[in-house]
Amino acid sequence: MVETFQDLYLGFSIALSPQVLVYAFVGCIIGTLVGMMPGLGPLAGISLLLPATFGLNPIIAIVLLSGVYYGAMYGGSTTSILMRIPGEAASVMTCIDGYAMTQNGRAGPALAIAAIGSFIAGSLGVVGLMLLAPTLAAFALRFGPPEYTALLLMGFFILAYMSAGSMPKTLSMAGLGLIFGMVGIDTMTGYTRFSFGVIELGDGIGIVPVAVGLFGISEILLVAGAAEPPKVQRPKLRELIPSREELRLSVGPIARGSLLGFLIGIIPGSAHIISSFVSYGIERRISKHPERFGSGAIEGVAGPESANNSAASGAFVPMMALGIPTSPITAVMIAAVMVHGISPGPLLIQQQPELFWGFVASMYVGNVVLLILNLPMVGLFVNLLRIPYAYLYPCILCFTILGGYSVANSIVDVWIMLGMGVIGYLLRKFGYDLAPIALGLVLAPMLELSVRQSLAMSAGTYAIFVNRPIAAIMLGIGVLIVVLSLKPLISKRKDWRASVGLESEQS
Amino acid sequence: MQETEQAPEQAWRRLRNDQFSGLLLILFALYLYWENRAYPVGSLAEPGPGYMPLMLAIFLAAMGVLIIIFSGRSRLLEMKWVEAPHAVIVLIACGAAAFALERIGYRLTIIALLIFLLGVLERKRPLPVLIVSISFAMISFYVIGDLLVVPLPRSPWGF
Repeated sequence: MVETFQDLYLGFSIALSPQVLVYAFVGCIIGTLVGMMPGLGPLAGISLLLPATFGLNPIIAIVLLSGVYYGAMYGGSTTSILMRIPGEAASVMTCIDGYAMTQNGRAGPALAIAAIGSFIAGSLGVVGLMLLAPTLAAFALRFGPPEYTALLLMGFFILAYMSAGSMPKTLSMAGLGLIFGMVGIDTMTGYTRFSFGVIELGDGIGIVPVAVGLFGISEILLVAGAAEPPKVQRPKLRELIPSREELRLSVGPIARGSLLGFLIGIIPGSAHIISSFVSYGIERRISKHPERFGSGAIEGVAGPESANNSAASGAFVPMMALGIPTSPITAVMIAAVMVHGISPGPLLIQQQPELFWGFVASMYVGNVVLLILNLPMVGLFVNLLRIPYAYLYPCILCFTILGGYSVANSIVDVWIMLGMGVIGYLLRKFGYDLAPIALGLVLAPMLELSVRQSLAMSAGTYAIFVNRPIAAIMLGIGVLIVVLSLKPLISKRKDWRASVGLESEQS
Repeated sequence: MQETEQAPEQAWRRLRNDQFSGLLLILFALYLYWENRAYPVGSLAEPGPGYMPLMLAIFLAAMGVLIIIFSGRSRLLEMKWVEAPHAVIVLIACGAAAFALERIGYRLTIIALLIFLLGVLERKRPLPVLIVSISFAMISFYVIGDLLVVPLPRSPWGF
């Protein structure tokens, strides 16, 4: 414990240096703006900013990008509450009661509770990251290729079980992502696969063009022709203070949302989205007056907003400790640090303590910055929402082309991005979740290599996956999850998704 | 005669979203299997470069079948494509921009793309269109290209 605080002291000595503070501040502002803009979620924002971090040192790069991440989480709630337009998917649940509060003349307290809940949840999430990541990393040093294979397979099954859509659909999207990840030179044999004579594809398909195409361009294709957004309210600073009753009602949802969000954040998938749905479902279920939900219940804002911010911190645990991304956002962030020759994983915390602890401390700082920044400046930020979408989306498109090109100075990446935009558009029309594609793409080389290394270790015997206890337990959990997901199909009982309202949007 | 002509159309309309997308997934898996023939699969004990793609093709086909089987709760394939014409034009414009980017440079490409999207597609007034297009291209080039030193393509005329 003492060691942890010494490490944290080291982290704060880095995070509070003027240069890092400035970048944390800039990241939070960009993130807030990105989160507010429909069509530009945290993933697209981080992807577009990625080339700009190549010239920075790795600590500053990750501080800037993580600032964008949790800034976008804050920003997304503003549009949800004031306009009923979720700036990013995790804020969908906030729309329901947040916008109802706006209609009731309580926009200010809704924004304040969202910001306070996000701050508390974000800070508690960082404490969890700080305590859990080093322990998990130390444990992961025992992992060999069979354990990594089992871990990745278990992760895919958990992802499919926890995702918003049906399990076969999610698994098929993960499979599609894995296929995209197979493009390029096979590291064990030197064969170039599925490159169709395009030399640039020999290096494989990058995460940035895929992420920007799937999430950014597809969104623009879906909504670009839509009608102009409604007029936006501009709350004044004095209207932001919640009443004592609103504060009292928010304490429980913030605490539950923080814990729930962090736990879901560690699990693979679109954790920040799922956590907000689950938190809303739980709050509605345990409320003494569930009929208030939908017509302006503050708990419906406090719970989901805390959960999605806490999930953002939780997602960093497997990324930092195991080097395994559990969401497309952490996948892009891994790409960002790998550009600097650093591989996140069990050895990172030992070999680069200043990076890990600097990052942890910067998250505390970022949360404070966001609280200070967002509440007084909310009136200023909402001016962005006055820009007609007809002007906004062409500029976002230009940013995506710029971001897609500048990652590797390759026009092929721009074509891949546009292709992914079309694929994302069609898949969304058919009700498929896109996050597993991005995850599959990143995890494909790791999975293929670990399977083949495991078989090389065991002279071709598959028993290696069950003979080693850690691998066997993880595979066992994976099988259990598959069985659990089959249960509602056999017994015709309701799936967990139905109970939290995730299945309402059936394709 | 008329009834027989209407029958396939009615069958098509009875198709559900998930049935259609599951079918597409199976077709994609078959294509993948076809493309994968070029790579040695190896054996179960010693997988080659074609092993994993083959396994994934089988997996995708199996998922396609499962999606079709459990498609009962899916909506009928009567999707609204109101935004599709707009989306196609946006995509073609982006494709043209991708084609032009390394030929006429970043700034000219972005100016042309914005003028098309704002002026032609969204029918905004010429003066704001010109101001937004030129200032966006210049400012983004200055910030990303000059300040953050990210190499962006220039035109043959150095602009």
